[in-house]
Amino acid sequence: MSEPVRISAPLSDEMAGKLRAGDKVLISGVLYTARDAAHKRLIELLDAGKELPFDIKGQIIYYVGPTPERPGQVIGSAGPTTSGRMDAYTPRLIELGLKGMVGKGARSKDVLDSIRKHKAVYMAAVGGAAALIRRSIKKAEIVAYEDLGPEAIRRLEVVDFPAIVVNDAEGGDLFLQGVQKYRRVS
Amino acid sequence: MRQVSTKDITDKVRDLCISAACDLDPDMSSALRAAREKEESPLGKEVLGQIIENFEIAGAEGLPMCQDTGISVFFVELGRDVALDGPLYDAINEGVRRGYKDGYLRKSVCHPLKRINTGDNTPAIVHTSIVEGDKVKIKIAPKGAGSENMSRLKMLKPAEGVEGIKSFVVETVREAGGNPCPPIVLGVGIGGSFEKCAILAKKALLRPVGTKNPDPDLVQLEADLLRMINDLGIGPMGFGGRTTALAVHIEAHPCHIASLPVAVNIQCHAGRHKEAVI
Repeated sequence: MSEPVRISAPLSDEMAGKLRAGDKVLISGVLYTARDAAHKRLIELLDAGKELPFDIKGQIIYYVGPTPERPGQVIGSAGPTTSGRMDAYTPRLIELGLKGMVGKGARSKDVLDSIRKHKAVYMAAVGGAAALIRRSIKKAEIVAYEDLGPEAIRRLEVVDFPAIVVNDAEGGDLFLQGVQKYRRVS
Repeated sequence: MRQVSTKDITDKVRDLCISAACDLDPDMSSALRAAREKEESPLGKEVLGQIIENFEIAGAEGLPMCQDTGISVFFVELGRDVALDGPLYDAINEGVRRGYKDGYLRKSVCHPLKRINTGDNTPAIVHTSIVEGDKVKIKIAPKGAGSENMSRLKMLKPAEGVEGIKSFVVETVREAGGNPCPPIVLGVGIGGSFEKCAILAKKALLRPVGTKNPDPDLVQLEADLLRMINDLGIGPMGFGGRTTALAVHIEAHPCHIASLPVAVNIQCHAGRHKEAVI
């Protein structure tokens, strides 16, 4: 296997454009968490002409709803959730400057078109590897929607957070490439 | 009649909630290790390695292996010679409430339309059967949404037969792709009625991974489906590879002469089943 690419978050346009489907990455810097309930509220803010609770330009959103942390811990177990549930909301955020997303599973055609058009990148973390991924999260604070509990928006500081590039800015798609390579036609 | 205290049931349920979330089933652990040996895709092998490392950390540190600690599903076998000193479902729900609080598990249950979280992971889904004897057997099978959302039920025409069943099951897995966190286990219910085949599919997931149905025809169908699914090439997390499913478990039941219900319940690699007998 190739060595992982180290990237920093927020993502620069240059780095987002350079990543290719199949690249292993280690992310260090800031990730914002949001799932569908939080996305719905973000879009409602935009519809009302209001500002988002954080500056979205260059940011990476991690689709996660962690388990509660024990006393003294930074965060509980924190693996990726299914990204497709956010598809309806994502293109609008990419237009506003969102550069990266981390989740699991495939995205819709609208999201893929938006990723290509705005040179963003979609990455997957290993679903279910929540206790392992947790180790890369060094700090977590709620920045909005505390009432949503596990679905609140959190600002995470991560070091060497492991992910794999699935959809790149040039239209590369790891899911298509991987399945084509290993499919057996009977 | 044997007296059973509902307090004992609550205590046991609390412990089952926590141990299911943190300790992977040993049969699933063996199946994942065997799959890592056999996987041809280097990336797939690495993903399986991360999955294995993850459950080792979770078990050692008492952390939930997955952040989605699921909706709490129970199968209860209540001996007909048992006399309970209070309401069974209240006792189970109280156990869930305490387990999810004490174990720092994620509360993932909400009103279906208002989407407001109930705050304590109740109400549990409980399937009860009355059996012979004076024991209460409680099996817990917490279920995450990633795999549950990819599950399907279809009322086939009897003329579609075995080929129709195969194409429905394989197409369900193909459409699910990486969403349900492959490698997966498939529970397939065939026959019965609309609701019966869904329960059969879920019950099939309670079998240890890779155990076969006693009916030779179904054994053949399980083997055929497993081969067809792994030929899809989806692989660990959908990144491509040979290990899409670790096992296909089928349960069947007689059905109406005009029906052929089929349900496919997908389970992710986080095999979480624990049981207690009181």
